[in-house]
Amino acid sequence: MRNRVACFWVALAGIGFPAAIALAGPLGLPPVPVPAGNPMTSEKITLGSTLFNDKRFSATGEVSCATCHDPAKAFTDSPLKTSEGINKLTGTRNAPTVVNAAFNATQFWDGRSADLEDQSQHPFVNPVEMGLKDHEPILKIVRGDPTYAEMFRKAFGIEPAAITMDHVKKAIATFERTIVSGDSPFDKWYFGGDKAAMSEAAVRGFKVFLGDGRCVSCHVIEQDQALFTDNRFHNIGVGINRIQDRVPEIAPKFLEAKAQGMDVDVKVLTDPASSELGRFAVTEGLDELGAFKTPTLRNVAVTAPFMHDGSLATLRDVVLHYNNGGVTNKGDRVNDFLSGGIRPLNLEDQQISDLVAFMEALTSPQHARPAQAASTRAMGAGTSAVQAAPACSTPSSASGTIAAQQLAAAGDTP
Amino acid sequence: MSNNYSRRSFLRTAGSVAAVSALPVTMIELAFAKPAENFTFAYISDAHIQHIRGTKFVNNWDRGLIRAVAETNLMMPRPDFVMFGGDLAQLGTRAELDHGAEMLARLNGKLYCVMGEHDYYDDLGEYWSKLFGPQHYSFDHKGVHFVVLNSILTFDDWTHNRWPTPQQRMLEMAGLDNPNGSPFMVGDKQREWLRKDLEKVEKDTPVVVFSHSPLQKIYKGWNFWTDDAEQVQALLAPFDKVNVIYGHVHQIQYNQIGNISFNSVMATAWPWPYPQSYAQAEQFMPKLTIPMNRADPFFERDATGWQMVDVNTGRVGLAYNLYNNKSRTVAFDPKVGHPVDKELQSVALEPNRTHY
Repeated sequence: MRNRVACFWVALAGIGFPAAIALAGPLGLPPVPVPAGNPMTSEKITLGSTLFNDKRFSATGEVSCATCHDPAKAFTDSPLKTSEGINKLTGTRNAPTVVNAAFNATQFWDGRSADLEDQSQHPFVNPVEMGLKDHEPILKIVRGDPTYAEMFRKAFGIEPAAITMDHVKKAIATFERTIVSGDSPFDKWYFGGDKAAMSEAAVRGFKVFLGDGRCVSCHVIEQDQALFTDNRFHNIGVGINRIQDRVPEIAPKFLEAKAQGMDVDVKVLTDPASSELGRFAVTEGLDELGAFKTPTLRNVAVTAPFMHDGSLATLRDVVLHYNNGGVTNKGDRVNDFLSGGIRPLNLEDQQISDLVAFMEALTSPQHARPAQAASTRAMGAGTSAVQAAPACSTPSSASGTIAAQQLAAAGDTP
Repeated sequence: MSNNYSRRSFLRTAGSVAAVSALPVTMIELAFAKPAENFTFAYISDAHIQHIRGTKFVNNWDRGLIRAVAETNLMMPRPDFVMFGGDLAQLGTRAELDHGAEMLARLNGKLYCVMGEHDYYDDLGEYWSKLFGPQHYSFDHKGVHFVVLNSILTFDDWTHNRWPTPQQRMLEMAGLDNPNGSPFMVGDKQREWLRKDLEKVEKDTPVVVFSHSPLQKIYKGWNFWTDDAEQVQALLAPFDKVNVIYGHVHQIQYNQIGNISFNSVMATAWPWPYPQSYAQAEQFMPKLTIPMNRADPFFERDATGWQMVDVNTGRVGLAYNLYNNKSRTVAFDPKVGHPVDKELQSVALEPNRTHY
């Protein structure tokens, strides 16, 4: 994939950035991969942002992408367990953050979309999300709205009649590639060499993260950047534990329906039992039964509740689940299909607290909640570096991210 | 990843929507096969259930067997029976054999067991036989003659006169490159039983032999070896189609000697490396072996697995379910007259992106 993509920061330089700003990506992140067929332009980013926030693309006119991916909540719908679509209908999965989704090798918790472009089209037509019957209403709106006509003309050089979903998907994906964030206290401490950026508890927690906690094997840290994911799928005993005795009945039934043309996207979001089959629903591979994608840990402290089904309320609960070897309540039966890396950890209470402190140090300044940012400062983090950025709510600056702010600036100086 | 185990590939091969209620099995349908003669069985092996103390057992080995059993129970069409290929226990104790037997009891359908040296050398198979029955036997199924041998016996003197305790004997036999060890063998008595058993079998009846150790000589220091292999092979030589399936080696091997096809099965416990990487002494690796990725110590199931065996006009094909590795299928190819890896044999290997 890497050989097909351009460096985002270089791409930004190409659209009129002062090079010095353009090349300074957030601390702790690699270059954003950009597909050759969908280069970054400020016009497409602005268009994508507008589409992302347009509630007219739902059956009730009340739900946009931003409803479940709210910039004020680090692009999630925290504290909801599972997302609420039209008419307060709930799906089966906890909204994953859009922040840094640009780096994901696959999209959705089960990786059923290969990229942001493909992913962006599905929620529109899922009955428990935006509820459209098909994509036609979207095209009708964007072709008929003079503002959109102008924006599509600028972004793609096309007339309204020529707009297709391909353009819509590309614009949304382009916008989402600007929603990246690093610069967390951890980044400043680990990559920036600022010894005061993390609390002592967080520093101890990092040792647990690398050692006894066995976290880093899946939540990967590289030498010069950290995305905290291996982009793989693991059965960690969440969700699947609820249906384990019924797997011999549920799995064949699912495959049968899939073979007869059932829509996987709809099925996994509307049927709780099928949802827990995880990656198996996509690949039908036995070793991915009940397996879900390793999510990034960046900004995890502001996106509770946790796991693909939102079943764990606090980060401490998450650590306890792993500490128990893949069961939420100690002593419960471990599911037969558990991934090989999951086993009881025997962490001590202090290690568990420290690990939570470490995860709380992964919040980027623009996503920090005021209270948390204040406490970060109180812990003695670099006061000049860590600031609580108020969450933005207007569509034009919806991302509230450094990259988008830079691009907004870029748009002013073409 | 288990792409080979996908229902899609099943459908493509079988070409029938009648199979849609099936969970994934890769079927190796040969062009001349009469479907009525084809059947599958599952093969789980080398679980090495290991007792720590009290009610504690090694979690890693437990999980491997539990998972293989659960996955076997998902297979559709149902395998006709399940083989367990030996080394259920690590040190042959009652606690280990009981714990393992309890997990195997969750299998749906008929179970046949093979004796492994880790099951045997504590009480010389006494408790194992109470749980699982005779140590060598034969049965017929859908026109195929199946033989189960206890191939891990050795010299009487070593077994009965050398060691102060049964536990010591077990530990000595469990050691690798152990100068105190002793080579495996089927032995005179059992070979005589085999000769008589095969007397009543027509020469064109397909024969499948299950043993724990390879009935061929690969590497003596690890007992990838059966000392009287040639004599056993001589008894099998008159038959048109003979297949030997063995455990013990914890890796995929396949070979052809005369009319006998050899296939090994994976362990659910841990992988052994390939002889190239450890051999400092003479070794005879089957020439058709293709190495697989090394194990990732974090993902404990890496490079372990189990297999579905497809018996097709008397020849076997093994579909290996390999965690964190691409699944593989090794099946007899009548055109070349020996087992081939369906995919790896013919394509240049690409590096696996999850290992480096």
